[in-house]
Amino acid sequence: MRRLPQAWRRLPEAWRRPLAVTGGIMALAWVVIALAAPLLAPHDPLAQDLPRLAGPGPGHWFGTDQLGRDILSRVVYGARVSLPLTLLLVALSVLIGGLLGAIAGYFGRWADEAIMRLADLVFAFPTIILAMVVAAALGPSLGNAVLAVLVVAWASYARVSRGLVLAVRGQEYVLSGRLLGFSTWRSLRVDVLPNVTGPILVLATLDMGTALLLLSGLSFLGLGAKPPSAEWGAMVASGVEVFDSWWVATFPGLAILTVVLAFNFLGDTLRDALDPRTARAIKERAL
Amino acid sequence: MTLLSIDDLVVEHRTPGRPTVRAVAGVGLTVAKGEVVGLVGESGCGKSTLARAVCGLHPAAGGSITFDGRAVTPLGLRRRTLTGIQMVFQDPYSSLNPRRRAGDQIADGLRAGGGPGTPADLLERVGLPRDFAARHPHELSGGQRQRVAIARALAASPRLLIGDEPISSLDASAQSQVATLMRDLAVDSGAGLLFISHDLSVVRLIADRIAVMYLGKMVEVGATETVWNDPQHPYTQALLSAIPHPDALGNLPAELPGDVPDPADPPSGCRFHARCPHAMDVCGVREPDFGPAACWLHAPALP
Repeated sequence: MRRLPQAWRRLPEAWRRPLAVTGGIMALAWVVIALAAPLLAPHDPLAQDLPRLAGPGPGHWFGTDQLGRDILSRVVYGARVSLPLTLLLVALSVLIGGLLGAIAGYFGRWADEAIMRLADLVFAFPTIILAMVVAAALGPSLGNAVLAVLVVAWASYARVSRGLVLAVRGQEYVLSGRLLGFSTWRSLRVDVLPNVTGPILVLATLDMGTALLLLSGLSFLGLGAKPPSAEWGAMVASGVEVFDSWWVATFPGLAILTVVLAFNFLGDTLRDALDPRTARAIKERAL
Repeated sequence: MTLLSIDDLVVEHRTPGRPTVRAVAGVGLTVAKGEVVGLVGESGCGKSTLARAVCGLHPAAGGSITFDGRAVTPLGLRRRTLTGIQMVFQDPYSSLNPRRRAGDQIADGLRAGGGPGTPADLLERVGLPRDFAARHPHELSGGQRQRVAIARALAASPRLLIGDEPISSLDASAQSQVATLMRDLAVDSGAGLLFISHDLSVVRLIADRIAVMYLGKMVEVGATETVWNDPQHPYTQALLSAIPHPDALGNLPAELPGDVPDPADPPSGCRFHARCPHAMDVCGVREPDFGPAACWLHAPALP
């Protein structure tokens, strides 16, 4: 303990556990890879100038695909497609779902009924099936895939935020605000929403993995990214066609795996850090 | 001059699948300008519901609430323009927004009332250091939080301040301090104060008049000295004799037998007759709907 640097010791306990550190490093690494893709990738991800289906080796460490493209470069550039889209997707789900849920919880009555029955409708379908239906109806493209996942992803935020808002709405500080003449909007913005963000943030972090899986799942099924673009789901799909060349599907698959794992670890950490019931146990077991 | 007048107020709690509970079953009460009225009663007698109804936080099922000549409308979705009634709640841990600084929350009050001064001035008036304005509620103790809540309510320059058991969750040492603080601040600003508590011994110190509630009904109203020294209603007498007196004689406070009946199914006649030591035949049959002591022992003229 004593040899640990000062900056490390100043981190909250929840963030000093092995899983938190692993998740943090993995997520950070992917963000760096996405930002520095042109510097890190040894080849042009779209150039077809390498031997076809060459196994991993010098010059092409992750091997090459059927068209002679470098898989390492494509995986690196794939981070530039998947990460921003996943972030955008989750941000939009939080915004739309969170706000709809807050409206349902705060106003109740018919707003509650309408919004929550709509959410129930979404929950009645298996997520990937509903996303496929929407994506297929809109036509295959990455933008439409994001829209399709959004259609299924907002509902869980709506449910969580409705429950939290219901609990906060009856708090006396909200009533005090109303008695002081707060408008409904100000009451929501000042008293209600800031006090429900913690759990929603946890859900959002945990949901990043799921969102990425759904998004690359749609691309895998041919409902997302179009062929030339380096998208992990689409790359796995093309690898399935040449099953003997294991590297074609494995490396983009590992990329998806590590990103999903990283966000799950981070989400768990956030949840533990924000939950006072687990905070003490963490304190005792922190590194 | 009457500031608040409650007339035959009925407030009901409706829960689907359960019988309707008449938490307040026809209550009348007035508060004048600059007057301190103490409302006492056991827990569950409807005194908090009454307070919430006066603020408009609970709709009235019957009767009327008039504040300054205007009927108090229930708080809906629209912005409240009536900021002349402010409330200090029971639990100082849930009555302040945990994410906002004390000063910002007091500033909300100043904005509502348009009163002079800054949040720091108000903190000073409630006996807290001026630099507490920068603190978050979790950096304050229960008593300090309650003072911040009082400062916020006062900042709105209310003409009627309502304290809904504002002292019952505080330490014994802070209780009478906070109670007298509320009294002084309200009276100094010329506002009326409706102070709700189950602790008669504290209410006695600050109230001009005492109103006693039992199971949704007002059983006795009178000047503090009269009620304290010469209680008329057997329930008030029981409440007073339940207060421990340090007289070194080893006298234990008298206990009131039985529990408060189910407000969803109140007893017939006088609601107190099942626990009353002086119960007569008429008590179980007819409700004593007169004042100031609603008891057949003190009926104006026996029928």
